[in-house]
Amino acid sequence: MQQHLPILLIITPLVAAPLCLLLRQRIAALALALAVCWSTFAMALWLLEIARNTPGGITYQLGGWAAPWGIEYHVDTLAGLMLVLISGIAAIALSFAPRSIQDEIPAGQHYLFATEYLLCLTGLLGICVTGDLFNLFVFLEISSLSAYALISLGRSRRALTAAFQYLVMGTIGATFILIAIGLMYMMTGTLNMADMAERLKRTIELREQTVVVHQTRTILVAFAFLSVGISIKMALFPLHLWLPNAYAYAPSVVTGFLAATATKVSVYMLLRFVFTVFGVQFSFQTLPFDVGLMALALIGIFAASTTAIFQTNIKRMLAYSSVAQVGYMALGISFASENGLTGGIVHMFNHALIKGGMFLAMGCLVFRLGSVELTDLRGVGRRMPLTMFAWVLGGLGLIGVPVTAGFISKWYLISAVLERGWWPIAVLMLLSSLLAVIYIWRVVEVAYFQEPPETDPPVQEAPLALLIPTGLLIGANIVFGLWTTLSVGAAGEAARQLLGASP
Amino acid sequence: MNHYAILRIVTKLLIPYILLFGLYVQFHGDFGPGGGFQAGVIFAAGIILYGLVFGIGAARRVAPASIVERLIAVGLLIYAATGIAGMLKGGNFLEYGVLAHDAGHGQHWGILIVELGVGITVAAVMITIFFAFAGRERTE
Repeated sequence: MQQHLPILLIITPLVAAPLCLLLRQRIAALALALAVCWSTFAMALWLLEIARNTPGGITYQLGGWAAPWGIEYHVDTLAGLMLVLISGIAAIALSFAPRSIQDEIPAGQHYLFATEYLLCLTGLLGICVTGDLFNLFVFLEISSLSAYALISLGRSRRALTAAFQYLVMGTIGATFILIAIGLMYMMTGTLNMADMAERLKRTIELREQTVVVHQTRTILVAFAFLSVGISIKMALFPLHLWLPNAYAYAPSVVTGFLAATATKVSVYMLLRFVFTVFGVQFSFQTLPFDVGLMALALIGIFAASTTAIFQTNIKRMLAYSSVAQVGYMALGISFASENGLTGGIVHMFNHALIKGGMFLAMGCLVFRLGSVELTDLRGVGRRMPLTMFAWVLGGLGLIGVPVTAGFISKWYLISAVLERGWWPIAVLMLLSSLLAVIYIWRVVEVAYFQEPPETDPPVQEAPLALLIPTGLLIGANIVFGLWTTLSVGAAGEAARQLLGASP
Repeated sequence: MNHYAILRIVTKLLIPYILLFGLYVQFHGDFGPGGGFQAGVIFAAGIILYGLVFGIGAARRVAPASIVERLIAVGLLIYAATGIAGMLKGGNFLEYGVLAHDAGHGQHWGILIVELGVGITVAAVMITIFFAFAGRERTE
């Protein structure tokens, strides 16, 4: 059992997805999906525990074919942390689903929702677990295609255009990644990540000259394709345009799940490629990847936060805020130092909890109000005190107030900046937090300081079936603001493993 | 297109061979070029041709949408079940060598069954996509 954990984590949701399709009955399908999500979460926790205690991480050979010929699954601390994060969010968000999708998705499509949700989970987990580049692309496609379908389930017709927009952008991104993998395969003849990292350092004969594979133009082009492809997938400014509509018009559960996991997994891919496959030396010293990434990250933080201030649709506002937060993660990565990477990875973890929780709170609002326009939120703080309290706690996390998880990650990012002595960037980061204060405050002002409209009957608090999952994620945001052993501990370990030459 | 006699008759002549060729590519895939993916597409092409010439209604009677949708799931389950069978027999996921008393036979059986699963899913998905697009045109 224990040695099969990496594959069990993938095939449990993969087998459950077609079973949901065969069941065709909404309660049975949702119950199966829930059971699968929670057991996947339990397995991921177990796997992280084993991975952290195994030097070099756990490997699993599919079909018994040894790497580098066969497909190898490789779980180190970073992958383990991602698996825990994704499966945990998936389990909590799906617990929110049965009540939430009653209004938002036609009952006849609930079993399809469960199927697509499980397939998306399979893809996201697979990306983190695999040590094979082509396998990574396959899982990327599984997760993306099911994500498009999930978004298109949204109630408004605009969900269809949003999903199509995401499909076009996502396909361009995935194609770029595939082209890059193809070019790298051409130069190295391998698809295994560890093996490729090693072969990229070798020398080859090219036009009667001896060159290192790294320095060939083909690999440079591959790196360019990869960084653009992954940037689209992780919605790094200025390639984020698919994200706001996709998040705004998807069903609430789907937004909560995808916002907390899909872009994070893309950040994970970036870490894997830049650090494990290409190596720090090549990415940051031979190529000025850090400068480019830092510039885009900073511009992205400001541009997206400012845009967020002017949104009247709160889901869109949070979506723009997500783009800004991706900027913080990219900023952490661009330092290529232990503190910076720890900050980036912790922020990935913490932001997933914060945004997941906030989007679920939005789901509660949609359930009772049927709208996410700012003007419809008047006085809702008095009508739905618990929901709005959860929302505000999440908002404080976004700003980075102490005691919330957001503070921890910004603390590490700022200390990484000061370690380099780049205090202007530290000032910029603090300024950008003020922008977050503005957009969170706009909602607080409307929700708490304006009179609720007279409706008959008055709007009530969201049901417990919705409040409990929301509370779990928001509560986790406070827990990981106070207790950092797991999040920062594992992130620090992951950062050291990434910076140490071996994958 | 029901009134084009030549099209109708040629289609009727061709369809059995298309389906047969699909099955050949499917089950001969372990010796020659081919496999589940290609076979699924060829097989689905036979049904799609039937739908194009004799109308969607006729094609739906041959391949009812509810059954085709279930076949998508069945194919994936066949694939996964083969992999899990390898695990239950003491190997890794998708390790075919342990499926039979002899490793060579095991490999042979394993790939044949897995490709069958792939073929069923691909054919069912192709037919579903065709129905989805073709059905839309009729309602509008």
